Order: sequence, then C-alpha cells, then structure tokens
Amino acid sequence: MKETSAAEKSANIKQDSDINQDIQNVQTVGTPFSDSAKMTMRNVDVFYGDKQAIHDVSLDIGKNEVVAMIGPSGCGKSTFLRCLNRMNDTIESCKITGELKLEDRDIYHPKQDVVPLRARVGMVFQKPNPFPKSIYDNVAYGPKVHGLASRKSELDEIVEHSLKRAGLWGEVKDRLSSPGTGLSGGQQQRLCIARTIAVSPEVILMDEPCSALDPIATARIEELIAELSQNFTIAIVTHSMQQAARVSHRTAYFHMGKLVEVNATQRVFTNPEHALTEAYITGRFG
Amino acid sequence: MSMNTVDKQTNKTNTIDLVNKNLAKRYRAEKRFKAYGIAAILFGLSCVVLLFTDIIGKGHSAFLQTYVYLEVEFDPESLEIDDISDPGQIARADYTGLIRTALREQFTDANGRRDRRSLYALVSNGAGFNLREKLEDDPTLLNQSVGVWLLADDDVDTYYKSRNDDGSEAFTGRLNEKQINWVETLIANEHLVKRFNTTFFSSGDSREPEQAGILGAMMGSLFTLLVTIALSFPIGIAAAVYLEEYAPKNKFTDFIEVNINNLAAVPSIIFGLLGLSIFIGFFEMHRSLPLVGGLVLTLMTLPTIIISSRAAIKSVPPSIRDAALGLGASKMQVVLHHVLPLAMPGMLTGAIIGFAQALGETAPLLMIGMVAFIVDIPGGVADPATALPVQIFLWSDSPERAFVERTSAAIMVLLAFLISMNTLAIWLRKRLERRW
Ligand SMILES: Nc1ncnc2c1ncn2[C@@H]1O[C@H](COP(=O)(O)OP(=O)(O)OP(=O)(O)O)[C@@H](O)[C@H]1O
Ligand SMILES: [Mg+2]
Repeated sequence: MKETSAAEKSANIKQDSDINQDIQNVQTVGTPFSDSAKMTMRNVDVFYGDKQAIHDVSLDIGKNEVVAMIGPSGCGKSTFLRCLNRMNDTIESCKITGELKLEDRDIYHPKQDVVPLRARVGMVFQKPNPFPKSIYDNVAYGPKVHGLASRKSELDEIVEHSLKRAGLWGEVKDRLSSPGTGLSGGQQQRLCIARTIAVSPEVILMDEPCSALDPIATARIEELIAELSQNFTIAIVTHSMQQAARVSHRTAYFHMGKLVEVNATQRVFTNPEHALTEAYITGRFG
Repeated sequence: MSMNTVDKQTNKTNTIDLVNKNLAKRYRAEKRFKAYGIAAILFGLSCVVLLFTDIIGKGHSAFLQTYVYLEVEFDPESLEIDDISDPGQIARADYTGLIRTALREQFTDANGRRDRRSLYALVSNGAGFNLREKLEDDPTLLNQSVGVWLLADDDVDTYYKSRNDDGSEAFTGRLNEKQINWVETLIANEHLVKRFNTTFFSSGDSREPEQAGILGAMMGSLFTLLVTIALSFPIGIAAAVYLEEYAPKNKFTDFIEVNINNLAAVPSIIFGLLGLSIFIGFFEMHRSLPLVGGLVLTLMTLPTIIISSRAAIKSVPPSIRDAALGLGASKMQVVLHHVLPLAMPGMLTGAIIGFAQALGETAPLLMIGMVAFIVDIPGGVADPATALPVQIFLWSDSPERAFVERTSAAIMVLLAFLISMNTLAIWLRKRLERRW
C-alpha cells in the first residue's frame, strides 16, 4: 500500500531540508470541514508561554465521525486534542486563541463552565489511569459527580451498561468491588473508557489510548472504538498508522504545529495530497 | 573501522576478563557500602539503648513507693468530731495529730522536741489525707484502732530503696542516726513495704517528692496538644491545599513559600515570646493556660505541617487529577475526592511528627508561664497547667534524690507518650494507604 503510493508521488517529494523550510508556508489541504460538524475549530493558535505549539489550525469533527490525528512526535497533536475539552486550562502558561465550538457553543467563552463541557467532551488518556478505587467506584464516579443517577439501582444500571459497552463486563462482573488498579493494562484502559462513557458524553477524545498496550488488547480497543463511533463522536491521536487506517473515517496529519492535510483515511494512506504527509506515511520521518 | 571488526573477537574475551576482574572490586565496594550503613544503624541503636538504660535505670525505682505501717486510733476527742454525720467536721479534723500520737506510742525513745520532730518526719506530711479518706469512706472507724499503711517520707523512701541486704552503705541523705535506727526497727518488724506508686500517676506536682505526681503535667500536655491538633491540622491542610492547588504562581506566593520555610527553622523560644506578647499581652489571656500553650505550639507546628502536606499533595500522581478533571469533576471535587485521600497518609505522618515535636517542646511554654508550680490537676484548656517536658525541667532542678528518680520516670512517661503517638501514626498510615 505504502509502496505504491510512494512510487506515484515520488516526483513531488522534496528533500527533507526543503520540507522543513517550507513548513512556514503550509496551507491545509484536503477536506478539513464537514457538513454535519459536531465540533468546529477555526484558526486555532496555541502558545506555551512565548512558544507557539499550534499554528492556525482549522478543522471540523463531524457527528459520529472518528477523526484520527497523526504526525511526528512533538507536532502538537496532544496539545490540539486537549484544547477540545479545555484540559489545557490546567497548564498555566498555555494560551489559546481562535474559535472552538461544540455545536453552537463557544468552548472558550468566558461564561462557559468547564464542568458541563467536560461532561459533554470526555477524554481517555495515553496511560491507563484508573482511580485507586474499586472498579464500580471508578465507573460510578462521573455519574455521581454530575448527579446522573438518583437511586443506587440507577447507578448500578449505568455502571453495568458502561462496562458492557466497553467490553469489560464479562471479565469484571464478579469483582466489581476489587480495585481498578488490579486489572491488566488493557483492562484498565477499557475501564477508563467505561468510566468516560458512563457520563454519556457526546464527544470522546483519545490520546494514544493503545500506546501502553499489547497487540491483543489494542485490537480489542480498536473494535470498541468502531462500535462506539455509532453513538459517539471520536477524536483519536495515534502513532500507529495502521490503527488510524483501521478505526478512523478521516485522518488529520499534523506537522510542527501545523495541520498539513485532512482527508478521508483511505485517501491519506493510499494517495496523500501533500508531500509532507507522503513523507511521513512512507516513514521518511516521525 | 576495519581494524575494529577484525579485533572484535579478541576484544570480546578481553572485555569479559576485565569485567570479571572488576567484579571482585565491585563486590568489595558493595560490601563496604553495606557495612557503613550497618555501622550507622548500630551507632544509632546503641545511642537509643544507652539513653533508655540510663533513664530506666534511674527512673524505674520511682514506680515503687515506700509505705509505713502504723496502728492509728481514730480518737474523736483529738479529731474534735462530735457528729460523725457532718462531713465538714470530718474534713476539718486534724489527722496529723493521730499519726504523731501513733508514732510516739510506737517509738517511746523519742524524747524532747527535736527527737519528736525527727520522728514525725518519718511519715509524709501528706499522710493525714489518707486517714481522712479512710474515715470518709467508712465513718464507723471512729473510736476504733486500725492498722494503716501510710506514705513514708521521701528520705525514708530513698534510704529503704538504696538499702541492700548485703550490708553495703545505703543512702542516708538527711536522715539522722536516730531516724535510721527507727527505720531499721520498722524494717525488722516488716512495718515498711514498697508498693506500686499510685500517687505518681494520680496527683499533681508537690514540694514533697513522695506526694508529687505526673498526672497534672500529663493532663496539661494532653490539653495543650489537643488545642494544637485541633487548630494546626485543619489550618495547615487548608493552607497547603490553597498553596498547591489554587494559588497563582507569582512573586507573592514565592515570598509566602520562602517565609513558611523560614518559620520552620525559627527557634521555638521566639514563638514563646510571640505568644507572650500577642495572646497574653494583647489579647490579655491568662498565663499558664493550656489554651495559650496550644496556640503557641500551633504557630510552631504550622510550618512543619504545611510543608509536609504540600509535599504529600505534590506526590499525588497528575494522571489521577487529569482523570477526574477529564470526567468533569470541579477543582474542589478533585481535591476532596482524590487528592486529599491520596495525600492523607503523608500529611498525617508529617503532622504527627509536628505534634510529637510540640509535645516535647519546653522553651515556648516557659515563656507563657506554664512553668508555674501548679498542684491542682487541670480539668480543661482554661485551667492553669504545666506540661510534661516542663515538669521534667522543674524536677531536674530539685535537689532531693527522690526527685531525681521522678525526673527519669517522667521522661519515661513522656517517651511512652511519644512512642504511642508514633505508633498511632504508623498504624493510621498503614490503614489509610491504598495498597492498590
Ligand atoms: N506543558 C507544556 N509546556 C511547554 N511546552 C509544551 C507543554 N506541552 C507540550 N509542549 C510543547 O508543545 C509541543 C507539542 O507538544 P505535544 O505534546 O502536543 O506533542 P505531540 O504531538 O502530542 O507529541 P507526542 O506524539 O510525542 O505525544 C512540543 O514542542 C512540546 O515541547
Ligand atoms: Mg502526545
């Protein structure tokens, strides 16, 4: 797959040194916009102190779409993802400009409270990070915080439902009161996903959710993402191009803080539009 | 390049030889390193053993007290009691007279005022209270003659304790020859006995060693410590949480941080002076109160608690915070549900070290008058009191030999207090620590 695409585009590939010089003038190519956008980002710049980590990124994430974000290490994928539910608020030096909207609401509007925002835009982290509490309490925490269940039986139902959707119910139903940290890495990550979907968010952000997992656990999570995409909008950062190819509808390629190309996943991996994307997926850097 | 590839084979064997040669050296270094550690531990342990054997060796005898057996007649005439149902009469009566009469009857060779005074000095001048209590408990004793065990004077006590059957010289102290003879007679008649010293644990301070007890100081320390714990733990945790979680990182918070660290190193006597001028001088609180002592010790322990609590909060993994924030928990919920429970063992450890320090603190308490001679056992934070370390300081200043052993015994009580506090700390930490 890569071989052919590399051969086709070989004429367009420039030298690496040229690539790095040209990055200043890169304009996003492809189809960054969507007709049924769940989240819309326009001209987003992100600064850590004086250092700019994201340059003028515009992107839509469609409803029930899975958008994969790929790119070399340090290109700003996590930074961009964390803007979408304002997790960057915890970093004091981080400044964000531009327009970010969840449906019609401005995410960074001064009156926008982060608590309801994060209830609508959930996040799964790179390293599984279950709370040092029981499996049940891990999943029940979000609903409890947001007051989603008025009775214990309702809460039980949410926990069971979430664990089932995360594909973990069968493995843990007999030990809901044992610690969540006692599970295997893959189970922990699925627990974290269950914990996130227990709040019934509309969007789920995933930052390299499989990077700490073995291939079998990874395959299970990928299956899960495919299932979840029927009900949720998902933005996933990944270092594995195979994974991006398997789970996502559209793929966004970031390079040094710029959004270089957004296209249907199929297209990005078979016939990339931009030379930088080409260079990345053929393994010339990253 | 080519040379390298050629030599690769020989190089390999050389390397492993070199490694093997160095291995012995490395093992030796490791053994030395271990030996240093063991030596350090042994040194520390031997210091502890030395301290404990010295203190226990000196202090163990304070847990026994000598009692004298006397036949006492509750003579209503000399007691001036005509109505036994009147508690006032029982309370006012002169019991010392009874004891003196009993002593005179037993040792008829005491003639002349000086002799008699020596004779009376064999029994503690507090022994009258024992008789009163007896009569109060059982009024039918009036008119009867009963055998009672009375508190011996500290000189008799010291003599009896230092006296060995092997005939070696006993410590006579202030006892004169006649007194020694009387004591020997008492011993021969088995009218002298050593019993567990309940007085030491049930009464306050006294000028007379045999009547002096540690309870007053213990209660004083307890009340002081309660005030300290009640104030410094919540204030310290609140300050640490604010500084770690909410405070903006700027010059001002840096300034606060530097000052807290400075305060932790300020000599405690300065906190005493501060307490003297603020609580007693400005707020006009009374001297010698556990309340004031607790306030001063709060000032002193706060920096320790804030610093250790901040360290404990810092050590909570950021991934847990992220997880909770990502679910939409508010900052306060993150702190209350996740950060504090995870930081609590560390906070408690730091706090209890602070409290143990406060318990052993003397200097600031001297400044606010908790060094006064107080006989009554305090019943609350607003009763004048002294504290264990101050009591130790006071007794160690007294010349009587009986106070020397009581000083050591008081140190033992203080150490027991400290050990139980530290045990509690370890137990709490084990309990609160999440093992998952
Ligand atoms: N907290 C921070 N403070 C300052 N600079 C930061 C911070 N976090 C990230 N950066 C910088 O921002 C840039 C983008 O970082 P980011 O973590 O978004 O990269 P990434 O694409 O997620 O990389 P990776 O694939 O390795 O996770 C990097 O140059 C990084 O050094
Ligand atoms: Mg990243």
